[in-house]
Amino acid sequence: MYARVSARALARSIPSKAIKATPARLTHSAKAFSTSALSMDAPKKKERVKVHFPGALDSHFSQVLEIREKMEPIDTFRVMDTDGKVLDRSLEPDVTEEFATKIYKDMLTLNVMDLILYEAQRQGRISFYMTNAGEEAYIGSAAALDPEDEIFGQYREAGTLLYRGFTLDQFMNQCYSNDMDLGKGRQMPVHYGSKALHFQTISSPLATQLPQASGAAYAIKRSGKKNCVMCYFGEGAASEGDFHAALNIAATTSAPVIFFCRNNGFAISTPASEQYKGDGIASRGVGYGMHTIRVDGNDVWAVYKATQEARKLAVEKHKPVLIEAMTYRVGHHSTSDDSSAYRSKKEVEDWKRHDNPMVRMRKWLESKGWWDEARENAHKSQQRTAVLKSFAAAEKRKKPAVSEMFNDVYDKLTPNLLEQKKELEELIKKYPEHYDTSNYAKEN
Amino acid sequence: MSSILKKAAVVSIPNVRQALLRSNPVLANALLAKRAYNSKNGVEMTVRDALNSALEEEMTADEKVYLLGEEVGQYNGAYKVSKGLLDKFGPKRVIDTPITESGFCGLAVGSAFSGLKPVCEFMTWNFAMQAIDQIVNSAAKTHYMSGGNVNCPITFRGPNGAAAGVAAQHSQCFAAWYGSVPGLKVVSPWNSEDAKGLLKAAIRDPNPVVVLENELMYGISFPMSEAALSKDFVVEIGKAKIEKAGTDITIVAHSRSVGFALEAAQLLEKEGICSAEVINLRSIRPLDTETIINSVKKTNRLVTVEGGWPQYGVGSEICAQIMESEAFDHLDAPVVRVTGADVPTPYANNLEAYAFPDTEVIARVIKRTLNKKIGA
Repeated sequence: MYARVSARALARSIPSKAIKATPARLTHSAKAFSTSALSMDAPKKKERVKVHFPGALDSHFSQVLEIREKMEPIDTFRVMDTDGKVLDRSLEPDVTEEFATKIYKDMLTLNVMDLILYEAQRQGRISFYMTNAGEEAYIGSAAALDPEDEIFGQYREAGTLLYRGFTLDQFMNQCYSNDMDLGKGRQMPVHYGSKALHFQTISSPLATQLPQASGAAYAIKRSGKKNCVMCYFGEGAASEGDFHAALNIAATTSAPVIFFCRNNGFAISTPASEQYKGDGIASRGVGYGMHTIRVDGNDVWAVYKATQEARKLAVEKHKPVLIEAMTYRVGHHSTSDDSSAYRSKKEVEDWKRHDNPMVRMRKWLESKGWWDEARENAHKSQQRTAVLKSFAAAEKRKKPAVSEMFNDVYDKLTPNLLEQKKELEELIKKYPEHYDTSNYAKEN
Repeated sequence: MSSILKKAAVVSIPNVRQALLRSNPVLANALLAKRAYNSKNGVEMTVRDALNSALEEEMTADEKVYLLGEEVGQYNGAYKVSKGLLDKFGPKRVIDTPITESGFCGLAVGSAFSGLKPVCEFMTWNFAMQAIDQIVNSAAKTHYMSGGNVNCPITFRGPNGAAAGVAAQHSQCFAAWYGSVPGLKVVSPWNSEDAKGLLKAAIRDPNPVVVLENELMYGISFPMSEAALSKDFVVEIGKAKIEKAGTDITIVAHSRSVGFALEAAQLLEKEGICSAEVINLRSIRPLDTETIINSVKKTNRLVTVEGGWPQYGVGSEICAQIMESEAFDHLDAPVVRVTGADVPTPYANNLEAYAFPDTEVIARVIKRTLNKKIGA
């Protein structure tokens, strides 16, 4: 049978389909194959045939062996230039003075608080701290959310809490793990949480918040509430298995969740260039069948607009969305890190000078006549006083009561916990000289 | 070291009868079930159906309860535990997930933080290792870390322990792993009443609960009491059950080993050797040390039985608890642990059979313990 099929017939049948893959689509693919195919007699245009395989229903059959290396890189959406000038008048933010200045004031307050707490750690007064410098524009994303949208943070999102009304006292009490800390002194500094403000308690293991965010979104979807979940993480966390698990599970359950990647260029010391190949984190969203946006993460209004649009998709259409906000971490990773070991101080200074989210926002506000030097100085000094006052008060407060060591492991104390508690109480009572509890809050 | 060597020797003594029972664990357990119980109402139920009815009843009672996992819906569960639930409750309550344990487990944890009551099925507990960070670091600790503000009312369930002919990576007990984590509750049912009552209690509990089922028990029928058939039936977490009262020695076991322990006790009683008290732990954490202590004070001898590995195991923990309690002064002989052999589970039938304790081994250890006397 085979011998009877003529060579000509074969030549006709094979390239006829090969040629249909348009050269434009093949920019990065195996050109050798398509070129040889093109050299054959040009066949007539035929309908492209869709595959019938259940795993990729949108694919077409092709006789061109395509080895794809890249997709078209995703553009970075921006509203303002680095001087705070709106690039396209149609994108001019339609916001009030009060709304815009609140965002900027929170960015400033965050800076002031970071400076003081960073120094406090350096003086040994708190054990650990993480600053937000360089990434303050993410507050624009908080501004686009509903106050009842659930937030799952990674750890560098104190600004979103500040925006929602977490008080300076609450920040300081947590960092000092005193008796007023909402977390009862059980977590390291900056592991904030607030049920009232819909901000899930920070969890240290990287990326675990991502699948959890999908779950919280699923719960919201089931409740019928017109809300969504906002989940922050870094480009380093996106290398964890949980990132992939979360995107896939959010896509397959149509969970109303926004995954907000702060791509700040560094995972502690590992630069993004060594963290992954491919077109950033955004390209992966498309791979998981998700709506995806890449945005200039130093541009408050671009971040605000992107989050607004993402929120619409999540809340109204139950679509998960991935936002990749491109930025640069100006500060060290944490107080346990010295970034001068892996990047030059000049590089950091250049970023601060050339593309500073604070400067961009301030210049935009000034162009509207909503901000000036006097207001800047007044707000800074007022916040500095407030932070220092709050800081001193938190430092003076007593530590949580001893019984808080055992509470909340379960909803009620189990027999072994009761036993441990009793044992400790007896020890404290028996040896007061070894167990000084004068610095602990009184038991209720 | 010497005691471990001795144990390994005990575990590996070949015996024809033993091999027969091993080759047909279903038969052994079924016989035992008939003997251990005289069903008053004549109603019997497999462990599988007991778990299924627990799920159905709790999902009916509380809209917030939902089931998710691999193949739990359309396929009715890899072991048919969730049979019929998709038809009854629909895809909103019974969710088939992609094959990402960390993904669906994390999703379940997040939804529990937001007020739902997920039942997260792992096709087997072996696969939960992909998601153990979510269980240990998030589910177990968030209530504590959030200052008591965020609850995690979640049930993790699936088959645990050695199954038949599935070798090292599918045959192991995780009781010691999860049993060591503050914030988790861990239960390990043996029969149908345990399975139904403990699973229902787990779903109703406001804390995260790990339910360690056993694949080899799914198909075995046990009598169900009138009370156990009720939709209000729950078994209290943290309480062991004395399955058989006795006066000469205490045998503590959990999961499938309870059946072997009961059979060994009955064997020795029939032979007029001893009257053994058999305690079914039911809960791994909290551990009901009180029941064990009271029993030891009465019998003065203790043997623990489990399918897990010896080192840092459930038996080891019981030994330590007894050492630290007043029961220690009541012991007439050293406590002995009967456990799985300290090796990854081999595949070959004959090797696999030697890797786990059964009736014969337990009976032998009981006899040996009876003949020992501290200081003698």
